[in-house]
Amino acid sequence: MKKIAFALAAVLGLSVSMAEAADKIRIGTEGAYPPFNGINKEGKAFGFDIDIANALCAQMKVECEIVAPLDWDSILIGLKKKKYDAVVASMSITEERKKAVDFTEPYYSNNLTLVAKKGSSVDPKNLAGKAVGAQRATIAANYVTDELKDVDAKLYDTQENAYLDLASGRIDLLVSDKLPAYDWLRSEQGQGFEFIGDAIDVNDKIGIAVRKKDDELREKFNAAIKAIVANGTYAKINEKYFPFSIY
Amino acid sequence: MIDLQGFGPQIALGAWMTVQVAFGGLIVGLVFGLMGAAAKLSPYAVLRGVGQSYTTVVRGIPEILVVLIVYFGGEDIVNRIAESVGYDDYIEINVFVAGVCALGLSFGAYATEVFRGAIQSVPVGQIEAAVACGMQSHQIYWRITLPQAMRLAIPGLGNLFQVLLKDTSLVSLIALPELMRTSQSAIQNTKEPFTFYFIAALIYLGITTVVLVGQIYAERWANRGVKRASA
Amino acid sequence: MNWEEIFIALPKLLDGALLTLELVFISCIIGFVIAIPVALMRASQNWWVSNIPLIYTFFFRGTPLLVQLFLFYYGAAQFDAVRDSIFWPVLREAYWCALIVFALNTGAYTAEIFRGAIQAVPHGEVEAGIAIGMQKHTLYRRVVLPRAIRMALPAYGNEIILMLKSSALAYTITLFDLTGVTRTIIARNYLAIEMYFTAGIIYLLMTFIFIQIWMRMEKHLLKFQN
Repeated sequence: MKKIAFALAAVLGLSVSMAEAADKIRIGTEGAYPPFNGINKEGKAFGFDIDIANALCAQMKVECEIVAPLDWDSILIGLKKKKYDAVVASMSITEERKKAVDFTEPYYSNNLTLVAKKGSSVDPKNLAGKAVGAQRATIAANYVTDELKDVDAKLYDTQENAYLDLASGRIDLLVSDKLPAYDWLRSEQGQGFEFIGDAIDVNDKIGIAVRKKDDELREKFNAAIKAIVANGTYAKINEKYFPFSIY
Repeated sequence: MIDLQGFGPQIALGAWMTVQVAFGGLIVGLVFGLMGAAAKLSPYAVLRGVGQSYTTVVRGIPEILVVLIVYFGGEDIVNRIAESVGYDDYIEINVFVAGVCALGLSFGAYATEVFRGAIQSVPVGQIEAAVACGMQSHQIYWRITLPQAMRLAIPGLGNLFQVLLKDTSLVSLIALPELMRTSQSAIQNTKEPFTFYFIAALIYLGITTVVLVGQIYAERWANRGVKRASA
Repeated sequence: MNWEEIFIALPKLLDGALLTLELVFISCIIGFVIAIPVALMRASQNWWVSNIPLIYTFFFRGTPLLVQLFLFYYGAAQFDAVRDSIFWPVLREAYWCALIVFALNTGAYTAEIFRGAIQAVPHGEVEAGIAIGMQKHTLYRRVVLPRAIRMALPAYGNEIILMLKSSALAYTITLFDLTGVTRTIIARNYLAIEMYFTAGIIYLLMTFIFIQIWMRMEKHLLKFQN
């Protein structure tokens, strides 16, 4: 019995991490949402969100650690459980999410959009019976379940799987954030697809999520965001990914 | 040949992570299995009840739920236990530990039954002889019962390990970069799901085969010196 | 523990449970139908007849169900040839993809269980059948298979329970089974523990009810077995 207890303690001990040094921030990101966050061949996270996170940390003069990949569905739950200190993963600021976490000021803006095959007969005003897809736990998914009645809704764990099904024709229409979709339409897989209908303006702002009452961190991020926008760092990063401003 | 488009190293790392999770889960699972069998065979009704609840509950819910519950709830439980024994610092459970514990918990519930059956199959005469020699209860358990029970338990445990190996794919769903998850990263960049999932399947088959061969050798070793009825 | 939210979520969870039961029931029936001929082939003395189906059972028993699902659902859709074929209207639907993969998966495991049972049928009974002049197919139909299936009942019951639990993976290909509904609800209310707890209870109930039914069936079928 003692031996077993000792073994268990050893196993747990392997996972003990002492309280983090005050000036190191762990930033969680999904790693499955190009061009904002993705995982490259070396297994490292890359993308707009990562560049912004690094820029903010440099501005705040703190050391940052990027935690990726993470499961999108549970990324806020991980934040609450202190697995990381902030989430920079193109997360929209919504009232629902504000019940669970606090957000910084926005670092970019977004619209929802509909994507379908070029020349398809999908009419955005009349979608009854069509297969419509979105990534689970996003405002796109909320739009599909709340606003679009009578559709055959399909929810995906990752945006990537949603693209795969759109490309193969399993879903007639994809509801997605406009910017990643814009990037996808430029890719080889996205040829032959287009935006249809008007962009759905949900006045969507993208922010950094921090734990509730973690005001100090939140204010630090806010100050840093203002600073990098003012000194042109933001514009440089923006330019790398999009020919228009997304702030 | 099949073009991995530069993701070979990452896939290999993913396969290695799979093996690590599997062996971690095996060790934790064997511990839980032995404890569970001891509980179920114990003379105390309370312990028997605990053992029975453990096997019934964990065998009755999907492994993916066990993984999800351990990942989200595990930290709370561990920290509460730690607090009650006076350990104040926050203990973090990372994805690897959560995965290993969840898979071990699941493995242990089935292993309990395997061990229980094996222990009960050790000839009673041996135990009687040990008692007659004046051996203490724990000496009998460690020197007589367990070694012989191991021989009978290996086939069952081997099969459970095969299942465990495949269940490691479930930890991809909590974003641990084992084989499935790294395959998905590769697919994100290359857009070739068939290629990478097929390679993942082949790698799993390879690992399974190696374990199967290992199991045959383990059975032979455990059965050395035992006369068998002709096949 | 937020009991109110659990109560609100219950109807949707039960809907998901219904889909789970539907998927498991249908795929087990198809799996059973696949398993019998495959088991007979695997139990054969002929090397070719016995080892060709081995490729099938080895693949489906040696790889995780998750890989099989993704390979079939996302992998197959990669090829134009598949998308242009007559099978596409069926393969397009996640429901059918899940059914096919589950059926093939449980078929492989069941086939191996039945094969073990067929090979364990006491040879004396087979000899008796031959002695009274039974044809091979009658022998199988009236002596071997009934005996083998009865011997396989405990292991086969286990396999069905395993299938019930494996069905939880259907959500990964967009189906709203019990686990899928659970994850979708958690995505909106963040009450992970409450929802997984409830889903766990529902799975336990389904497993428990199934075990009771199966034990009754075993008792009935094994009534005249000593």
